[in-house]
Amino acid sequence: MAVIGGIVFLLLMTLSFLAPVISHFTHYNYEDQNLDLYAQAPSAKHWFGTDTLGRDVLTRLLYGGSVSMAVGLVATAVSLTVGVLYGAISGFIGGNLDRAMMRFVDILFSMPLIIFVILLMVFFGRHFVLLFVAIGAVEWLTMARIVRGQVVSLKEQEFIEAARALGLRKRRIILRHLIPNTLGPVIVYATLTVPSVMLLEATLSFLGLGVQPPMSSWGLMINEGAKYMQEAPWLLIFPGLALALTLFSLNFLGDGLRDALDVRSSKD
Amino acid sequence: MRGNAPDKGGRLRRYEAHSRFLIFVALLTALLAGCGKRETPVEAGIRTQTLHLVRGSEPQELDPHVVTGQTEHGIIRSLLEGLVIPAAKGTAVAPGVAERWDISPDATVYTFHLRTNAKWSNGDPVTAQDFLNSYKRALIPSMAYQYAYMLYAVTNAEAYNTNGITDFNQVGFKALDEHTFQVTLNSPTPYLLFLMCHTSWFPVHLPTIAKYGDPYQRGSRWTRPGRFVGNGPFVLDEWKVNYRIVVKKSTTYWDAEHVRLNAIVFHAIENQDTEERAFAAGQLNITLQLAAGKIDTYKRLHPEVYHNDAFLGDYFYRINCTKPPLNDKRVRLALAIAIDRESLVKNVTRADQIAAYTFTPPNTAGYTARAHIPTNLDLARKLLADAGFPGGKGLPPIEILYNTYEDHQRIAEAIQQMWKNNLGVDARLNNQEWKVYLDSTEKMDYQIARAGWIGDYPDPSTFLEMMTTGSGNNETGWSSPEYDELIRQAAHTIDPAARFEVFQKAEQILMDEVPLIPIYTYTHPYLMTTSVKGWYPTFNDDHSYNFVYLEAPTNAPAEH
Amino acid sequence: MFRFVAKRFLEMIPVLFIIATMTFFMAKLAPGGPFSSDKKIPAEIQNQLEAHYGLDKPLFIQYLDYLAHLVKGDLGPSFKYEGRSVNELIGAAFPVSLQLGCYALAIALLIGLTAGIIASSRPNSLTDYAPMSLAMVGICIPTFVMGPLLLLIFGIGLNMFNVSGWDTLRDKVLPSVTLGLYYAAYVARLTRGGMLEILNQDFIRTARAKGASSKRVLFKHALKGGLLPVISYLGPAAAGLITGSFVIETIFDIPGLGRFFITSFFNRDYTLVLGATLFYALFVLLFNLFVDVLQVLMNPKLRFE
Repeated sequence: MAVIGGIVFLLLMTLSFLAPVISHFTHYNYEDQNLDLYAQAPSAKHWFGTDTLGRDVLTRLLYGGSVSMAVGLVATAVSLTVGVLYGAISGFIGGNLDRAMMRFVDILFSMPLIIFVILLMVFFGRHFVLLFVAIGAVEWLTMARIVRGQVVSLKEQEFIEAARALGLRKRRIILRHLIPNTLGPVIVYATLTVPSVMLLEATLSFLGLGVQPPMSSWGLMINEGAKYMQEAPWLLIFPGLALALTLFSLNFLGDGLRDALDVRSSKD
Repeated sequence: MRGNAPDKGGRLRRYEAHSRFLIFVALLTALLAGCGKRETPVEAGIRTQTLHLVRGSEPQELDPHVVTGQTEHGIIRSLLEGLVIPAAKGTAVAPGVAERWDISPDATVYTFHLRTNAKWSNGDPVTAQDFLNSYKRALIPSMAYQYAYMLYAVTNAEAYNTNGITDFNQVGFKALDEHTFQVTLNSPTPYLLFLMCHTSWFPVHLPTIAKYGDPYQRGSRWTRPGRFVGNGPFVLDEWKVNYRIVVKKSTTYWDAEHVRLNAIVFHAIENQDTEERAFAAGQLNITLQLAAGKIDTYKRLHPEVYHNDAFLGDYFYRINCTKPPLNDKRVRLALAIAIDRESLVKNVTRADQIAAYTFTPPNTAGYTARAHIPTNLDLARKLLADAGFPGGKGLPPIEILYNTYEDHQRIAEAIQQMWKNNLGVDARLNNQEWKVYLDSTEKMDYQIARAGWIGDYPDPSTFLEMMTTGSGNNETGWSSPEYDELIRQAAHTIDPAARFEVFQKAEQILMDEVPLIPIYTYTHPYLMTTSVKGWYPTFNDDHSYNFVYLEAPTNAPAEH
Repeated sequence: MFRFVAKRFLEMIPVLFIIATMTFFMAKLAPGGPFSSDKKIPAEIQNQLEAHYGLDKPLFIQYLDYLAHLVKGDLGPSFKYEGRSVNELIGAAFPVSLQLGCYALAIALLIGLTAGIIASSRPNSLTDYAPMSLAMVGICIPTFVMGPLLLLIFGIGLNMFNVSGWDTLRDKVLPSVTLGLYYAAYVARLTRGGMLEILNQDFIRTARAKGASSKRVLFKHALKGGLLPVISYLGPAAAGLITGSFVIETIFDIPGLGRFFITSFFNRDYTLVLGATLFYALFVLLFNLFVDVLQVLMNPKLRFE
């Protein structure tokens, strides 16, 4: 199942990133409007229909996919790296440093994300890259907490005691022994983070703060589709399915990875 | 042998879990199915004569001398009554607290005769002195009332409000006796009676306000249910913040016997989709808005609830005339011409708006401007070439600023395309959050900015005065002494026809110089159940609730 | 343990102070103010307004003023809603959000834990995939799609519920379910993940080999340890739930704190922004503390540090 999941995801990703190539062949661009073609149902000319500005939905879906995927992957990568390192160090070192680091996480956590994002947008304009920064800057917090929780409980286990007894340097213990053993929940959470990031982008679009038109993203498309659920259901169904497929495949992939990387079970 | 036992237990456990889950689901479904059809609030409302509507989100306050929005006005309208009120139908005014009035021959002195049976909700009679005190409160600098300018037509009102004079007796308001109130104006103001329908002209019960704080300072809490004393057809019964306000029929209102509604519930809903859903589910009688994308559906499937009233307002683009290349009026005119307004209102906004080729909306109090932005694209291209940018070459991308809102975005995107296709001009879109957008336009930190202007009263001056030099609402840097002089002249012209002619000249200057590009005149699409009677289109969606009532819909064909 | 808790309470004070400071200056730095509108007013009136609210004083003085009030527990008057104090507004909105959050949390735990436990009992089989996929619905479908969808079906279609409002118990069903489903998915996955972690460990094998029934193994050993990631996750999530969700409150017209959060910033209602942020922060800190304590209590190998 995991393998199927992985394949589906890669397929979707490739399709999305090939959007410019495909659009070259279909002669539709994601921003071409044709005001007479307001919200047309799927047809031979427009396989997925058109939206309320007469733009081809399929093209926008593909372009939007590349945007959404990029946001999802990059923000998750950022949160993964920062969060894991931060949490592991904090949990392992313990003591005052741990408390201080976690209090810092608390402080950041206590800031409502929205205000932070709004402020970024307000100060630096509506740049797409800012979205990564803003989202990544918030997602790493939960990762750090989880990793720290894991590390703190792992710290007391025998194999760590053994490593310490062997005199291994702290850095080695953290990198080679602790982190690999936290990978289970981390991987699971990471595969949950990608879709959560994509949904966050969609929620920001709900507030008008996400990806800005004429660029498209699945979040933006789903928002518009939700408004016209009754009148033009294809506007919701296609991006919705795309996102759902991505999520499902990512999750199955994550499960497979978790099983494979479960270091402990191979330690028989 | 031993190994099998856990397996069996495991399977058994699985079945247990499954069956428990199924039972849970079954119970839930039964519970939900058991709750069958219910009487909707709208249906109940017909019985109890309760109107459910939305006038906007949570009101800022219910004190007429503090609020600035249409939402607040819509609610306060039920609680307070001014000298005049909007008539039941059409664009006239009807007697309110004043049962009749005399106008002097030079049209600068209005004498109002108040009815003797007008009462406050605590039984006190409504007197001319009440109005005098209320206007003092509206104008006194310590209240910092943002709409005080609505009273500037009155002699010395502006001076008093901006600390020029400190004696309120010098302002053109006089209480001749208990039931006679006189207003003296700077110059003839044909739209005065319409002005008086605005919240800024409402009376307040000063003794009540004084009970809860300094009556001439903001922030007093006299507007809570149980404290609010008003003279309108309804009294404040319940106020749940960010949720709803309920007003009930007043027994002390002078015309109570003709008021048919027993209660009005103002729901505080901001989101258009939530509002439309509530209407579709029978929870609202009247919505405030209707999303452009839903108009077609309602027109097709439920035309009897779809309403689209004219609305006195403009959608336009301001142009910052201080910086090149937009300081060249040829460029501005070219851009103005190259917009296909008909296509915009037909395909993009889709709410039957009227394409606007001039600033003042057509038929404003009988005035229709003759000025007209041309539609000849060749002329546009020639103008652009004359200005030194043939085919759009050499023109840097022009930025269109707008506040975050779906329709503004779509219009801007469409116009971006039009300029590209028709003129070869590139445009960039910049959307900012509302407050930031206001800040940017005020600081003139924009090239072209989307704007809207709603008329405060039905007269061309409410639009044209905006563009005079130094007006805070100009915000384009455009200044024309000739234009300013015409506007000044109009303010002192008594003969209505002559006055309109002056406006025509001014409007022509505006459309020659194009510091702003008119795009369309607003309309007001909304939904209303067929059970609502006595609710007719007005120029600004201000309705007197005295005339409204609910009646069960019959099967007769809908009148439109 | 009490020393630990007391120490953490003391630590909260400087944290809240820092948050108040950061938020104060961030909000003030944003362009635009509470009184800007598209109809301009004369300068004198603008000045009067600002003087009334103390906005004409230097920024640092405003900051100190604010802190002085804060220490007394007074969050100040709202800039937008005249005549209402922030304390009053939050006091009215919070109980609503609290109720919504609790219901949603209950639903999330009910569905999520059940699904996760069932799934982990037979990994990689239909028992695993079915509940997991069902739980996935919560993540796959964003709340602003799920909400209107449920409303369309149950509210407008079957006319079983009001589509908005927060009066009767019935009104509260759909919003709680919508919000709860979202969190249920996460709870389910984390439960399953955590439990499988434990279940694959040696001591579980030992227990099984000794003949302990699957049920006993599941509940006695795995569940406790498997709940750990759920608790870690729920700490901050619960704070968010309790203080309101803007999307749900907008869609279902619920007068909660979530709406105030967003609209107060857009209105530049400084005091309300600060009040809501501090309130939210307080809850996050409290829940984090609670979660940390729970973690130690549940894992005998941990100690309070």
